[in-house]
Amino acid sequence: MIRIENLYKSFNGFEVLKGISCQVAQGEILALIGGSGHGKSVILKHVAGLLKPDRGRVLIDEIDIWSLRRVELEQLRSRFGFLFQSGALFSSLTVFDNVAFPLRETRKMSEEEIRKRVMTALDQVGLQGAEDKYPAQISGGMIKRTALARSLVGNPEIMLFDEPTTGLDPVIAHTIINLIQSIHKAYGFTGVIVSHELSRVFQIVQKVAMLHEGVILTMGSPAEITSSQDPVVRQFVTGALEGPIKIR
Amino acid sequence: MFILRRMGRMGLFFAKTWYYLFRPPLKMSWVIKQIWFIGTQSTLVIFLTGAFTGMVLGLQGYYTLNRFGSTALLGPMVALSLIRELGPVLSALMVTGRAGSAMTAEIGIMRISEQIDALELMGLNPYRYLVVPKLVAGMISLPLLTAIFDVVGIFGGYLIGVNLLDVGTGTYFGEMANYLDLEDVLAGVYKSFSFGILITWTCSYKGYYAGFGAEGVSKATTQAVVLSSVLILFWDYVMTSALF
Repeated sequence: MIRIENLYKSFNGFEVLKGISCQVAQGEILALIGGSGHGKSVILKHVAGLLKPDRGRVLIDEIDIWSLRRVELEQLRSRFGFLFQSGALFSSLTVFDNVAFPLRETRKMSEEEIRKRVMTALDQVGLQGAEDKYPAQISGGMIKRTALARSLVGNPEIMLFDEPTTGLDPVIAHTIINLIQSIHKAYGFTGVIVSHELSRVFQIVQKVAMLHEGVILTMGSPAEITSSQDPVVRQFVTGALEGPIKIR
Repeated sequence: MFILRRMGRMGLFFAKTWYYLFRPPLKMSWVIKQIWFIGTQSTLVIFLTGAFTGMVLGLQGYYTLNRFGSTALLGPMVALSLIRELGPVLSALMVTGRAGSAMTAEIGIMRISEQIDALELMGLNPYRYLVVPKLVAGMISLPLLTAIFDVVGIFGGYLIGVNLLDVGTGTYFGEMANYLDLEDVLAGVYKSFSFGILITWTCSYKGYYAGFGAEGVSKATTQAVVLSSVLILFWDYVMTSALF
């Protein structure tokens, strides 16, 4: 279970998060929605322990991650899978080696076993035959799917998705969302997803939190968010030009 | 205050790198890859720089010594200048330009494209994978590159002094053996070893804390080359005062 308590974070004097609190139950997926630059990715990085809060706590299974020693934090992180916005693949490694990397470096597994697991992960994301290609030789959608395979290959308990469909064409974006859904069904991970693909993401999450100007404005089921009468939520969900959200 | 904070962060980066250097496992395959990149791939540029530096020293040395009627000392003059000073310093400056800038750009791009975050998320320490192998490779490669520079430079001086001017082969090498001590060679080795640390530390640090976007990486790369070059010259002065 993920619990965020009263999280504050500033960058160069600019306060991005102003007291965020929320909770994601075991096996549940939470969608974080909100305008660009409102701190959604910053929350994800706090959950992963990549950023240290100015104030507040992030608890994973009731353990405050910043109370852990570095080695313990590294061990905790191995329970995470993180799909980065850019994919964050290692450019000097092939698709196969990128997916195999966490297994080779963190698990005591035979090369044969690694090969089997990597090929299964690549098969799941529809990337059979691309294993010898380098990131520079594949499309944006394939990069995202490779990154998804890499984050799943270690069977993570917690998955964090940072805009998994940004920059992809609608068909590929749909494929990625379906993949996340089917993998969630298969593995039952706890997840947080940051996305602007509201209609598709709402089909696979149990809870949605709307972030606005550093605070969680409202939180509820996808149906509750869709029917919300809050003018900010309404404008964001419908994409209306007129409303209280200031374009910056 | 700002400068003090930056210096503190750089010092902390250095301390962390050494901490992970002595905490096994050392990623040998990554070290070898870096030796190939920093060392082997710099050989040609070191060879060319060494040759021309030696040739210039031969030429300038001959005309200067000729004024005092002591052209017989051309060999020791070329060798001592190269081994004690020019070899370590010029090799380090060339490696900074060729490999140091690439080091900063590589780590900087990994930083802005979230590859360093990805490493951390896998429970892997970026220092162990990205910085320590470069440090070890720098400590091994720089003394070897400097040795190549020195040898090629001495033969460059020989080419000019013996083949073009009228210094005898026996005089060139014989006097060199008389005037050159083991201490001189060791001083060159110490210098190049410390320059290896200096270059990899500065360039990795600048990449690790590169700013946002392409502009951030390009600024970091420029700063790394400038800072590393200035530190090499400063440290060279410190070591020269301490060693001789």
